[in-house]
Amino acid sequence: MTPDPSTVPRSPNGRSTSGPPTPAQPPAADAGQGGANPVTALAGLAGRLGGRAARAVTGAVAGRIPRADLDERDPDFIRDNLPRLWLLSSLWFRGEVRGLGNVPDEGPALLVGNHSGGNMTPDTLVLTLAFSTYFGVERRFHSLAHNLVLSAPGLGMLRKFGTVAASPANLKTALDSGAALLVYPGGDHEVHRSSFERHTVDFAGRRGFVREALRHDVPIVPVVSIGGQETAFFLARGDRLARTLGLDRLLRLKVLPISLALPWGLNVGDFGGHIPLPAKIVIEVLPPIHLRDEFGPEPDVDEVYEHVVRLMQETLDALAAERRFPILG
Amino acid sequence: MRLSTQIDIAAKSATVWDTITDPTQQLHFMHGITRWEVAGPIDRGVGARYRLLMRVGSAEVGSLIEVVEAVEQRDMAWVSVTGLDQRGRWRLRERANGARTHVEFRLSYGVAGAGFFGFVAERVAAPQVQRHLNRSLQQLKRQIEHEQLRRDAAARRAARERASVA
Repeated sequence: MTPDPSTVPRSPNGRSTSGPPTPAQPPAADAGQGGANPVTALAGLAGRLGGRAARAVTGAVAGRIPRADLDERDPDFIRDNLPRLWLLSSLWFRGEVRGLGNVPDEGPALLVGNHSGGNMTPDTLVLTLAFSTYFGVERRFHSLAHNLVLSAPGLGMLRKFGTVAASPANLKTALDSGAALLVYPGGDHEVHRSSFERHTVDFAGRRGFVREALRHDVPIVPVVSIGGQETAFFLARGDRLARTLGLDRLLRLKVLPISLALPWGLNVGDFGGHIPLPAKIVIEVLPPIHLRDEFGPEPDVDEVYEHVVRLMQETLDALAAERRFPILG
Repeated sequence: MRLSTQIDIAAKSATVWDTITDPTQQLHFMHGITRWEVAGPIDRGVGARYRLLMRVGSAEVGSLIEVVEAVEQRDMAWVSVTGLDQRGRWRLRERANGARTHVEFRLSYGVAGAGFFGFVAERVAAPQVQRHLNRSLQQLKRQIEHEQLRRDAAARRAARERASVA
């Protein structure tokens, strides 16, 4: 899950600059006068406890978010784990990656992908494997991920694969180091879209990747994948539910997805992940878009955004047309 | 994991040697290979380096390889410098007084340090890699024998033309 880095308010060290949310304050008159009105006093107490819980959760998550350190990427670790990824990718997902030769052989590039599969995103796994075997683990490859992904227990290994928290500072550091950087502008909005919209590229209008590509003068390489949204049956994003529960302010989560997934059955939130169904994953890497060559010295962000989304949607439509059956491919 | 395959080709060993050492020919006869590029100042012989990719399962798996042994018309061996660990060898031996050539292609590969999953992955990949090797040699045989046939036919045509002119 990768949010659009430019839309996330963050400090230079990569941590969120927005503090913990202010809980609903109980009425001042009731706060210090227990017994004046028992119902109001109870409501005040509940509000205070809720506020403390919210601060505790936010603090716990913030404390677990690692600082962006690109040096945590460990080529030997990646190399040792390639056989495991290869087995998973080849036998379970029957992965197929086309057009990796379109990624420039050298220098930084911004790989922009559509995101699918809930919190267990097979497209990232298949692409990471393909990139590492194609270019070698020696070539720097980073991806931006949601804070919750990096702070989740047991997912620390992702940092060794080069995954860093999504923020403009990390994006700049990665591109300045000459790395190929994978971003998913759609982030949690797209990755939890309904299975009925599985063949739709939905970046929710997030144009930050275009601005960042222009700022750093790097080519955009669209990466289109299909099959990830068939690894579970995604019913709804649950964005209203997330807003109602205040998750957007607490955890930067704009969604609380509801799906039918193994082994839970009804899966709300997908916080514990799920066992992905063995859907065939096909990924197509499109030719790089050199923005200033194609759109002039001062490209219009909206025009570039529409162009990239249109290209990706057309490719996704073509991949969908090739697909005979869900899951089987 | 070590794999090998062999075949007899009705051609002189010099002809086979020219084909297998020519980097521009690799994509024509090597099955499963998606990229074969010269990566260095020399394009053949000891010290020549190539970047190659072979499609295995869901990935194009590659290495930067370097030729470490080249005995004209007999042996050529290489080892990987980066990427997937591999070492390979072309072994040519003349048969039937030089009219035929016995060609053997050996390939060992693996990921050192990958442990149990590396062990399993090597074996799961083996049938596909073996198929690539077998088809490569069959294609090499077809290609060389076909070219040989065309050269012989061209020589006969030229002889007939010379005879008719005379």
